[in-house]
Amino acid sequence: MMQFMLLFSRQGKLRLQKWYVAHPDKLKKKITRELITTILARKPKMSSFLEWKDVKVVYKRYASLYFCCAIEQNDNELLTLEIIHRYVELLDKYFGSVCELDIIFNFEKAYFILDELLVGGEIQETSKKNVLKAIAAQDLLQELVFVSLWKDEAVEGALREIGLL
Amino acid sequence: MWPYYDADDWSVLPPEQNRRFNPAFNMASIKQAINEAVERVSTVRMPAPTRLRDLIRQIRAARTAAEERTVVNKECAYIRSTFREEDSVWRCRNIAKLLYIHMLGYPAHFGQLECLKLIASPRFTDKRIGYLGAMLLLDERQDVHLLITNCLKNDLNSSTQFVIGLALCTLGAIASPEMARDLASEVERLMKSQNAYIRKKAALCAFRIIRRVPELMEMFLPATRSLLTEKNHGVLITGVTLITEMCENSVDTLNHFKKECGHREIVPNLVRILKNLILAGYSPEHDVSGVSDPFLQVKILRLLRILGRNDVDASEAMNDILAQVATNTETSKNVGNTILYETVLSIMDIKSESGLRVLAVNILGRFLLNNDKNIRYVALNTLLKTVYVDTSAVQRHRSTILECLKDPDVSIRRRAMELSFALVNTNNIRNMMKELLLFLERADPEFKAQCSSNIVMSAERFAPNKRWHLETLFKVLVAAGNYVRDDVVACTIQLISETQAQQGYAVGALWRALERDTSDKQPLAQVATWCIGEYGDLLLYGPPSEDADAPIDLTEDEVIDVYQRLLWSPQNTVVTKQYTLLSLTKLSTRFQQGNDMTHSFYRKIRQIVDTFGSNLHIELQQRGVEFSQLFRKYEHLRPALLERMPPMETARPQANGIIGMVNGESELEEEKSVGLEPILSAAPSDSSALLDLLGSTDLETPAPSSTIGNAPVNASPSIVIDNNDLLDLLGGLDLSTPATSSIPTSTSTSTIGQPPSTQIFSPMDTSNFLVDGLLDSAPVHNEIPSLIIFDKAGLKITFKLERPPDTPDLLLINMSAQNTGPAQLTEFLFQAAVPKTFQLQMLSPSSTVIPPSGQVTQVLRVTNINKASLRMRLRISYTGMSGPVLEQAEVNNFPALAWQ
Repeated sequence: MMQFMLLFSRQGKLRLQKWYVAHPDKLKKKITRELITTILARKPKMSSFLEWKDVKVVYKRYASLYFCCAIEQNDNELLTLEIIHRYVELLDKYFGSVCELDIIFNFEKAYFILDELLVGGEIQETSKKNVLKAIAAQDLLQELVFVSLWKDEAVEGALREIGLL
Repeated sequence: MWPYYDADDWSVLPPEQNRRFNPAFNMASIKQAINEAVERVSTVRMPAPTRLRDLIRQIRAARTAAEERTVVNKECAYIRSTFREEDSVWRCRNIAKLLYIHMLGYPAHFGQLECLKLIASPRFTDKRIGYLGAMLLLDERQDVHLLITNCLKNDLNSSTQFVIGLALCTLGAIASPEMARDLASEVERLMKSQNAYIRKKAALCAFRIIRRVPELMEMFLPATRSLLTEKNHGVLITGVTLITEMCENSVDTLNHFKKECGHREIVPNLVRILKNLILAGYSPEHDVSGVSDPFLQVKILRLLRILGRNDVDASEAMNDILAQVATNTETSKNVGNTILYETVLSIMDIKSESGLRVLAVNILGRFLLNNDKNIRYVALNTLLKTVYVDTSAVQRHRSTILECLKDPDVSIRRRAMELSFALVNTNNIRNMMKELLLFLERADPEFKAQCSSNIVMSAERFAPNKRWHLETLFKVLVAAGNYVRDDVVACTIQLISETQAQQGYAVGALWRALERDTSDKQPLAQVATWCIGEYGDLLLYGPPSEDADAPIDLTEDEVIDVYQRLLWSPQNTVVTKQYTLLSLTKLSTRFQQGNDMTHSFYRKIRQIVDTFGSNLHIELQQRGVEFSQLFRKYEHLRPALLERMPPMETARPQANGIIGMVNGESELEEEKSVGLEPILSAAPSDSSALLDLLGSTDLETPAPSSTIGNAPVNASPSIVIDNNDLLDLLGGLDLSTPATSSIPTSTSTSTIGQPPSTQIFSPMDTSNFLVDGLLDSAPVHNEIPSLIIFDKAGLKITFKLERPPDTPDLLLINMSAQNTGPAQLTEFLFQAAVPKTFQLQMLSPSSTVIPPSGQVTQVLRVTNINKASLRMRLRISYTGMSGPVLEQAEVNNFPALAWQ
């Protein structure tokens, strides 16, 4: 089971954190800080795996972003690399050639996509199409509910103005 | 539209796949338009808060940390105020901003309750952000968890699948044990849902619930069984994950699944699914670089491993498919290797055919040669797990593994090191150690301690000869420096001590190492100074070494100079200085000039030792004061005191400690044997003589015995001859009935013998025994009255007997020899022999000289396992006024209390 996933930039700025184990906030911050420092200090020729405390850390750099997962001793490190890659592919499909700024400004979307790929630290869907379909449907639901709730004359007028109604 | 995008693109994919079009793009622009419209309208009601992207832009624009803090604090204060005003219109936006602020590391827990309010809102947008906030902000605090449990329960019963999905996802991420108990039944219901989207999420929720509360496993069993009959990969993979967790958790469940799972047995069912995955043609939905759903394949392989472990039938059923996966998987990409890796793990773990195991180790061998360091890493890791199962198969890849010791990656180096040590054996020790010593020299500090003690252990086990063993130990001491563990010092010294033939080599090699700077090699300095102190004479006057680097024409003064440097250097530890100071003092008797008081060498040593008499460190000061006395008042004792240590025997104090902890009784046994052995071997000549001496006595019940002479006293050759006399002396002793208390009638040499033992306890007979009122209570008291066994020509010898209560077999005899005459008795030597059924150990006497009216004491430990009556032959020799005297005596009047 994956214990947590962190996304951080080359400058060491945290971009996304997903925890599947319950730690106090203080500990989470400590772990994050230590891991970011350790990984950024590693040379590019080194392997993607790190034995760190009682977990195995698997990380991979995509452009300016590091994707880093902590897994348990029994888990397959190579498969974790595949999971990371799958997540990157999904982000890329969703945002259309994703970049760090997409994830900064739409961090909630990045979380939503991750939540359709993993639940409780285990993979729940192996089809990219199904994940994107679920995300698109929920985005649509957000808009529909949004519109139906604002049945207000002023809003209607505004929507007409931009040609939506 | 996207003004904040910089010119250079961070795109991950190659340019040809770089499409900026997506439905979501349109959606975003629509939403923005609506947002702007709504904002224009709502400003009438209340001022709209900063939008999320504006806040992010503001924060990113901050040039310093302080500036950023100002922006964040201002926004946080504003968000707090809106929370207080129960502003539900902008709550969603404010929470979203708060989550961004939280990610930057600022406190955001005041948003917890607002998240719960968002979750309770009917709007999907609110729920989505609310659950996201709950997953990020909530800890396991009881009160908040109760509230969210209620929200979750509501949404798990929603009619919208995505609302249920959000609730399940949140539960899967943050389920606490209480939450798991409260919501398990809801999750179980959803596992049977018609909707695959809900079913897969519910299965993983069940997985998390079991993780937190294993007792809840049973209620999920029926619903879990049907998950494997699915076509949908999402449901399949979550089902396999759930079953894996259950089987790993409980043996009962494992057996339950083996017996029945739906309508089929689980193993053939999994094999079928796996086979379909491999054989089915290209399916774009689940394809990853030409491999069909590697995620599912890996999960199935892992479950097969658990099912096949220690189960011959199940293993049999999966042999074929494992072989098929191992041979048919494409290995040019990481995906293929992922599956192979998992397959190898399964093959090694189940009761697989030998051919399959060879195939698996060969796959790992190929992995070791792979360009991808990740693959090399997992190969080493797996080999390390399998090396104890099949060493010979792994041995074939030894050279590749040794190559990995030079890998730039620290994780790979660590694995390679561990694996290398696992592969060391008698045949390859020389080569392996050469590589490992090279590795040790260049290794990071974190490796040095572990690597050096592993080398020491391997050398201990497999060393081809002592010379090689010593060479290796010295190399370790040099290469690992201060990282060497303390026990290496002790075992090196021990090895040198017991290997007499190599002492000349050792002292030369260590001298060369010591000449160089050793401030970062304290253990080396300690071994070297100890060794030079003991065998320094070999360094200067020993036979010329065959070693070409041996020091030539070394003078005493050169040695002293190095010692001076060691003792004065502030980098050396106190322990090293203690070794050095003792060694220096010993050198005064090793080197020929040491006894020449006028020689500069002697004066220098004295001077150095004297300066330590005022050292700030108490231990060094004490040594300084004590040693300097050896050059003054007790000059005559110095050569004898500083004699060479006898060869050390291998002692295993740790093993004794463990045995002692496990079993209190065996500790005694161990202690005894350990206590006796060194003395036995320390004076092999005289103890064997004494054994011979008793060997001639005729015994009905021969019992193992070890009669130990007094080593320091018996060490002179003349005593050995005396022992031969003793042999004659005891020859006539009749021991045919050792168990009875009857006394041999013909005791030719009995001169000082007391009346027969039958009379010993007669209260009338008080002439020899101080038997007062103690007699009745004697069994309770352990002290048995003393007896005078010899009183002649001014020498009176008394035995004081004692039986320690905790060891009933042991009799302690405190011998005291008193000089009642006017003249001093010198060269006093007291010897004793007992029948073979006893064990006798004589401790050293307090002195060999008895001044007039003075006394000498000596302790004899007699072990009497058979509870036989004790008899003893004595030989007493000393030089008195009229020259040497030799007396013999037999004691057969030991009180019954002394042996019963």
